[in-house]
Amino acid sequence: MSPGEFFLQQFINGLAIGSIYALIALGYTMVYGIIQLINFAHGEIFMAGAYLGLAAILLIGSIGPIGAAAGAAPALSLVLTILTAAAGCALLGLAVERVAYRPLRQAPKLSVLITAIGVSFFLQNAVMLSFGAQDRYVPPLLPVLHARIGSVTVTLMQGIVLAVSLMLMMGLQGIVYGTALGRAMRATAQDPLAARLMGIPVNRIIAVTFAMGSALAGVGGVLFGLTYSTINFHDGYLTGLKAFTAAVLGGIGNIPGAMLGGLLLGFLEGFAAAYLSTQWKNVVAFTVLVLVLILRPRGLLGERVAERA
Amino acid sequence: MRTAILVVLISLPFIDRNPYHVEVLTTAGLYALLALGLNLIVGFAGLLHLGYAAFFAIGAYTYALLNLRAGCPFWLGLPVSMATAGVAGVLLGLPAVRVRGDYLAIVTLGFGEIVRIVVTNLEPWTGGPNGLLGIAHPSIGSFRFGVDSRPYYWLILLLVEGTAWACARLRRSRIGLAWVALREDELAARCLGVDTTRLKLIALGLGGGIAGVAGCFFAAKQGTVTPDSFDFILSVMILAMVILGGLGSVRGAILGAAVLTIVPELLQGFSSYRMLLFGALMVVLMQARPQGLLGLAQIRRELRGRRAAA
Repeated sequence: MSPGEFFLQQFINGLAIGSIYALIALGYTMVYGIIQLINFAHGEIFMAGAYLGLAAILLIGSIGPIGAAAGAAPALSLVLTILTAAAGCALLGLAVERVAYRPLRQAPKLSVLITAIGVSFFLQNAVMLSFGAQDRYVPPLLPVLHARIGSVTVTLMQGIVLAVSLMLMMGLQGIVYGTALGRAMRATAQDPLAARLMGIPVNRIIAVTFAMGSALAGVGGVLFGLTYSTINFHDGYLTGLKAFTAAVLGGIGNIPGAMLGGLLLGFLEGFAAAYLSTQWKNVVAFTVLVLVLILRPRGLLGERVAERA
Repeated sequence: MRTAILVVLISLPFIDRNPYHVEVLTTAGLYALLALGLNLIVGFAGLLHLGYAAFFAIGAYTYALLNLRAGCPFWLGLPVSMATAGVAGVLLGLPAVRVRGDYLAIVTLGFGEIVRIVVTNLEPWTGGPNGLLGIAHPSIGSFRFGVDSRPYYWLILLLVEGTAWACARLRRSRIGLAWVALREDELAARCLGVDTTRLKLIALGLGGGIAGVAGCFFAAKQGTVTPDSFDFILSVMILAMVILGGLGSVRGAILGAAVLTIVPELLQGFSSYRMLLFGALMVVLMQARPQGLLGLAQIRRELRGRRAAA
């Protein structure tokens, strides 16, 4: 493999994992954009999505007629799995918002952040108690295919990850900038009081934002599970933090920024693993996080200036 | 009252001869020390820190390396660990104090993780994921602490009592009052001429130093250190102790540490549901009693103090 091909291979790998980060980062950025809350539990929603996806795959396989149909059309079972995880995570996001965050809307940020950590512990352990603490194998839904260009390999899964993420991001962009719901979301983000005076049901809009962000994280979870074939209840913490880094890198509160940040972080990590060492891979994300927050807290595309001394 | 509690605590290992009880109380003491240090940063100065375990790790590895490489005795390791972790607190604080609120929390979380990953990967020095073994226990003259819990129990009692005394004095000092101003309203404090950056660094340095002492004690008691003892969960646990006891309350930090160490031991039977309940408890506590167990008295006293001053 020539150095150029090696580079291209890392680029493709980074693109695939980066678009998963981007999907999760959207949830962080949407919630932050609308109520300035760092939803620490978002990583756990992603992880729950991966497990819901696993449950859906096992369930689809076990119900005779559906299983047979899905076996004949793998794309159908992929769609069913993604929809199950997205719907389940949307409900989970709604529940978390209602039970944990809404009562604290006027509370100091410290209380909300601690609540988020509590929710995160709760979800992690709820998943651990229902699915076990060991790694779970995610059976492949699709035939393991890949295309080769020279010695560069692109797997079918990487293609699907990319396609699904791009579709969802474009869809989200369409909703936020092209519909009445999106306008209500942007109005709430700008000034919740004024939005309420204009007759926008602010609480419902915030709940919808949580649901949408959580659904995207759920899809990210399914794609993550299918890409790596094993999932663990600990995955939400690290991947969630990386996605948060991506959101901060792109400019928190900014939707295109989250996508850009996710892809950039995917590349950075991929190249660090390939050219430095895999052991130091995780340091990259944290170093980027710390540097961006200190040097350019508004991120690459953000206009919102972070709270600074 | 205070003296009575101290007398009971000192004589406890003679009354209660169950070594398991003494061991649990020693662990509670270690956590109390950590909670006191973090309370200084979060409770006094109002800086939300999510990477406190890093200073604990730095203290533990400082003594472990000094002892294994240079044969440094525990009593010399203690101040050196304190100084190293304190300096680390200031150095990591220098860039971090530029950001505020939940951004500060994330930056400190990032630092905490970076320290842990660096410790795990610097294999020739730290032994990597396997950690370091054979660290010397403390000794006084010809008396060796060994593996019996009791000498450690009295030592940690002394450390906690000393630190709590210092914290209580500190809170009433010029620095302590300036911290209250900084915590309540940073802008107003600056307008009154309080050097907020310096005060934040003092809090981080002192808090880090206390964690360094705790780390040195931990390494000397266990005889081994491994990087997985210093993960994010530990940072969160210590924070939960401070919050449960009541932010800014010295007695609260000790009480919170004792409750969160002893209650899980009593709940051994529910061990798999422990962390689930713990998470739910954090959520409920923030809604029902955000000021913590001893928080109300704390706020009332501060209010009364303010009125007296006015």
